[in-house]
Amino acid sequence: MKIDSAARYQASHEFARKDGTVFVIGISDHAQEALGDIVFVELPEVGKTFAKGQSFGVVESVKAASDLYMPISGTVTAVNDALGGDPALVNRDCYGLGWIAKVEATKAGEFEGLLDAAAYEKEAGKD
Amino acid sequence: MAPFAGYDMPISYPTGAVEEHNICRRGVGLFDIDHMGQLIVSGPDADAFVSHTVSGAVLDMKDGDARYSLLLDDKGLVLDDLFVYRLPGRWWIVVNASNLETDVEWFTLRAREWKGTVKVEDVSEATYMIAVQGPRALELLDLMGTPKASSCPRFTSGEIVIQGTKNLFGRTGYTGEDGGELFFPAQDALGLWEGFIKAGETHGIEVKAIGLAARDSLRFEAGMPLHGHEISPSINALEAGFKWACDFSKPDFVGKKALEAIAAAGVSRKLVGIEITGGVPREGYDVVSPSGEKIGTCVAGMFCPTTKKYAANAFVEPQFARPGTEVAVMAHGKPKSGVVVKRPLYLPAYRR
Repeated sequence: MKIDSAARYQASHEFARKDGTVFVIGISDHAQEALGDIVFVELPEVGKTFAKGQSFGVVESVKAASDLYMPISGTVTAVNDALGGDPALVNRDCYGLGWIAKVEATKAGEFEGLLDAAAYEKEAGKD
Repeated sequence: MAPFAGYDMPISYPTGAVEEHNICRRGVGLFDIDHMGQLIVSGPDADAFVSHTVSGAVLDMKDGDARYSLLLDDKGLVLDDLFVYRLPGRWWIVVNASNLETDVEWFTLRAREWKGTVKVEDVSEATYMIAVQGPRALELLDLMGTPKASSCPRFTSGEIVIQGTKNLFGRTGYTGEDGGELFFPAQDALGLWEGFIKAGETHGIEVKAIGLAARDSLRFEAGMPLHGHEISPSINALEAGFKWACDFSKPDFVGKKALEAIAAAGVSRKLVGIEITGGVPREGYDVVSPSGEKIGTCVAGMFCPTTKKYAANAFVEPQFARPGTEVAVMAHGKPKSGVVVKRPLYLPAYRR
């Protein structure tokens, strides 16, 4: 499993990574591998506000549909429209081109409360 | 891996489900389908018995012919779908894994009424089954087998020797591609499987093992039913669109009377294909009219790797069954707009 050491994670396998004034949100390498081929990503609306832990979208793989849970409270400032034409970007490059949304945090302190790379690696190993 | 009818079956191999699907559409897909069951029906009255027991015409078949048929109950409900092969002096019937026991019981019970003139044997344990499917499947089979598989016309069978193993080869399949299905003694399975992979490497033909997920998407695009989805003991042959697999000119077959009554009254629902945008339709999702009222249910649905559409098979009220009808599928509580489309979504090789 690949881990982005700059990102922080929650146990449901979403990550947040600081990118200037916003946070990039996506799913971990462990998650994309467990899901298998991703064939559709339901993206949130730009401008919508989500609380930490709230469902903000759906990742659909060949096997199943999985809800996405916001790792950090905030307002969506951008979504990755490239996933519309090529959802498998999440499989190929989950921390890079396969990002899902960008969020302006309303409680930036929540970031520190997420699992760091080492703690997430341990958590994901339990699956 | 997933448990399936008592077997541990791979959902996908490391290749991945979508790529496996694509390989079968451009090269060769290998399918380890030993879970399928095989029966032999023989005896002086075997012809009349098979003709009475399955839905389709069989008495016009010549030795070697292979034909799709249904196993119905007295209500016209679909117990299983089958491939019926006529071989010299016997019938070779291929059934679904999950129905093997039921089917064997069904055939055996009915055979008893024929007072010893019909014999039914379950030879599934001793028989291995591999499918070799794809636009280059016959090329691969021709390189390995004698006589050439390609000399066997579509929907016929013949004996082919591969690596010293005698196979019953049927030019049939469940993917919409050309190729065939092989039946041979179980002890030769690993050798043949590895032989196909190796021959592919030697001759520059892309050959890969295909898991259950891609087997499902391949058959789905090609319009072939999967037991428990498009057909089941709670679905009758006519609403599932299988009039073509029922020979109403036969004096009788199990389910014929019931189907004639259903045909006269009109079906209450029809199997249709639906393409949607903005989500993946899945089994169990409701189909609704543009005004939001429930008109049916999806029995299968997925992303189709070849047509690149999100599509479902669904049973809907007949007035919504015409291709072009606007409908919606409820996914995660939201209506996703869709349209009824003609099936199959992908024209099988044998119809091209």
